[in-house]
Amino acid sequence: MGKSGTDVPRVYGGPAGWISVAIPATIFVYMLQFMAPVAAGQPVLLGLDWVPSMDIRLSVAIDGLSLTFALLISGIGALVTLYSTKYLGNHPEYPRFVLFLMMFMAGMLGLVLADNLIALFVFWEITTISSYLLIGFTSDEAKSRRSALQALLVTGTGGLALLAGMIMLGNVAGSFELSVILQQGDAIRAHPLYVPIVILFLAGAFTKSAQFPFHFWLPNAMAAPTPVSAYLHSATMVKGGVYLMARMNPALGETDLWFWTLIIAGGFTTVFASILAVRQTDIKMVLAYTTLMALGALTLFIGAGSAAAIKAAMTFLVVHSLYKAALFLMIGIVDHETGTRDANILRGLGRKMPLTFLGGALAAISMAGIPPFVGFIGKEFLYKAGLELDVASLWVTGTIFAASVLMFAAAGISVLRPFTGPLADTPTPAHEGPWAMWIGPLILGAFSLGFGLFPNTIEAWLVAPGTWAVYGDYSYVVDLYLFKEVNAAFILSLVTFATGAAVYLVHRPLRDWLGRVFAANPIKFDPGWDRVLDGLKALAAWQTGILQSGVLQRYIFTVFATLAIAIGATIWAKDALNFRVDWAAALSGLAFMHFAVLVFIIAGAIMAAITNNRMTAIASLGVVGVGVALIFIMFSAPDVAITQLLVETLSIVLVAVVMLKLPQLGMRHEQAARPFHLALSAVVGGLVTLVLIGVVQGDIDRRLTDYFEVTSLPEAFGANIVNVILVDFRAIDTFGEIAVVVIAALASYGLLRSARYGADRSKGEGEDRT
Amino acid sequence: MMNSIILNAATRLLTALLLLFSVYMLWRGHNLPGGGFIGGLIGATGFVLHAIAMGADATRKALRHDPQNIAMIGLGVALFAGVFAAFDGDAFFTGQWLFFGATETDKGLPISTVLMFDVGVYLVVFGAILTLVLALEEEV
Repeated sequence: MGKSGTDVPRVYGGPAGWISVAIPATIFVYMLQFMAPVAAGQPVLLGLDWVPSMDIRLSVAIDGLSLTFALLISGIGALVTLYSTKYLGNHPEYPRFVLFLMMFMAGMLGLVLADNLIALFVFWEITTISSYLLIGFTSDEAKSRRSALQALLVTGTGGLALLAGMIMLGNVAGSFELSVILQQGDAIRAHPLYVPIVILFLAGAFTKSAQFPFHFWLPNAMAAPTPVSAYLHSATMVKGGVYLMARMNPALGETDLWFWTLIIAGGFTTVFASILAVRQTDIKMVLAYTTLMALGALTLFIGAGSAAAIKAAMTFLVVHSLYKAALFLMIGIVDHETGTRDANILRGLGRKMPLTFLGGALAAISMAGIPPFVGFIGKEFLYKAGLELDVASLWVTGTIFAASVLMFAAAGISVLRPFTGPLADTPTPAHEGPWAMWIGPLILGAFSLGFGLFPNTIEAWLVAPGTWAVYGDYSYVVDLYLFKEVNAAFILSLVTFATGAAVYLVHRPLRDWLGRVFAANPIKFDPGWDRVLDGLKALAAWQTGILQSGVLQRYIFTVFATLAIAIGATIWAKDALNFRVDWAAALSGLAFMHFAVLVFIIAGAIMAAITNNRMTAIASLGVVGVGVALIFIMFSAPDVAITQLLVETLSIVLVAVVMLKLPQLGMRHEQAARPFHLALSAVVGGLVTLVLIGVVQGDIDRRLTDYFEVTSLPEAFGANIVNVILVDFRAIDTFGEIAVVVIAALASYGLLRSARYGADRSKGEGEDRT
Repeated sequence: MMNSIILNAATRLLTALLLLFSVYMLWRGHNLPGGGFIGGLIGATGFVLHAIAMGADATRKALRHDPQNIAMIGLGVALFAGVFAAFDGDAFFTGQWLFFGATETDKGLPISTVLMFDVGVYLVVFGAILTLVLALEEEV
């Protein structure tokens, strides 16, 4: 941890540590109560109306898929937070770390439990943002900052695509409730918008789950502290995309587009990532790429879409989360206690760190797919489902075979090699870690073994309900077993072991050879990313140069010219001037005071236009403003009049402060522009007048006014309709407006302050703005 | 900042009066002209006057809290007033009312999330304007 500042001694991370363990543990226990109804095929629906008029609900659906995820998130979350109390407990920024981690967990739980597309999207973005904060936790390292930003931009862009897709899907299905949408699969698939919806959803899912060609951010995200990698970037967040694809499968799946996109992207990612995994020497990077492989495999089998494939995917999902989180935690202990993660340096740690070795070994055997671990069951059913496919069977089985072989080798590289053989020297002498750290891998490893020995448990609790939810058929019988007969899948497993062992034996020369191959390959995604960013920056600089002159008068001229063109074009296009004005009737009710105010306003306007003194100009504008307020009062709009007067007063104070520093008006170059300014103001003024005259000619629709007049007092207990509308009937609008007010104030505050510090800051930090 | 002894003396009184008046406008807003937005503007006017008379530093001291924090807290209060409806199982931003000591003829003292929301609006407007004015006074 390169964070500046000294370590703060805390016992198990202090209160932040204990609380952070208690929260996920409590949620885990709480979620267990839903296992009985869900295992019986009864999804639990809970909900709360949020914005009913826009069909946005905070609704929760707990079915097999979301329960499996929720248990993994909270269960692994409890182990990871316990682990962090020792891994980061003395770090000066530890409480902040816990805050980000809890924020992530809340987002992730919301994501998998939400039954409303909009709610799901909000939680989806929370996971993206908290992932950004966690990857960049060691924010004094440029590499961390770059990786964090890369992850944010890639997954954030995907998130925007997803939002667009969700809105389309919500309109097509007529509801944003997932439980409603999932019932309408046939109608959605037949809709002309089906193709764009699928593309947008997959853009979101593929970026989140790091599918090729968006895979490059995930290995970089390993800049995060190891507990974060174990939690976010292997067990939970990156599976968010997989969750989305699985969740939408009943609505969007079973078409050729879905099938081929997922199968090709998933299969390619699977093999590509496995090869990259074997190439690494940093064991954490080996694990990072095997995570990519697992995400590819899950995508592949969700795409394959047969009941057997979904069952295999759901099994593998649980299997992978168990062993991969354990392995990440294990390499974290090794890194913490020896100071290195290099597979070339680490040897013979088993004798010094027996419990870590035990936990890692349990996980690695499961990852290698050796019986009687649950990893074997996972692999067997992947093979079985692949072989039974009608289409693309060879591709699916072939890619998963290649990946399994390399997984076997990767398991050897990450556990067998560092823990066996003669003890090698490490930067710090190796010793066993504290219990809070090795307990996590041990528990997860024990589950890998336990689920393997008793496959009925995982089948009944997690895999069967999950398969029903994703496949959409609650009558399908799910059966998991360790061994039944010698069949093609079993023989394929034996071949996998033999080939995998062979690859492991030659993995060091193989790694060198792969290194040369990749060095020769001209297509590199990570540097390509930098070029994309550079291009964006150049584009921004280019358009800023064109659009931003920096001269206030030109900005205002542009704004009003645009306004004039927009109004003029609309009037012309809609033929809005087609009315006749009865001037005599219109002017009949006007008294002397109305004309007096009119003269008052016009005099102020003329004065403001012709004066050469800025203070006079401001004061004259004030006269105009007060005149307008008088008009409001005469026509009984006291609220508006008060607001107008106050805003007028304050803006004059604001403008006066600034204007005192500006040069005198009436400079020669300004005189030249005056005719243009005059012409523009005449046009805008004329057009606005025309619009107003036009508006009052027609009948004004009073339905809203009538409604508010009738309901304001009995329903909202307020006699001032304007205020009742602001704070009650349309409170959300008001809330949006005050949020804008705050943002505007903070932004201008920042601008004003940077004017003071800007000069020396641009020198110091210029090169870091990546 | 202006060095006027008359303005200085008057400001002490006027700022207090304006603040009091602004709370009054906020309070009566639901039934008569007024409300959080107007109240916030009036309250801010009081401190703008203070800043003109005594300088931005003195105003910051008199405020005790950073105006941008006041604005953020106002936003939080308004948000809480909206979320509060969820505790009663209503939609986001549904007004929740409580009539203290209500009898059959008298509706009692009404306390509502709507008023809380208006207080939030008041604080946002008040804080945002002072953020701007004080920064301008100091920087320009």
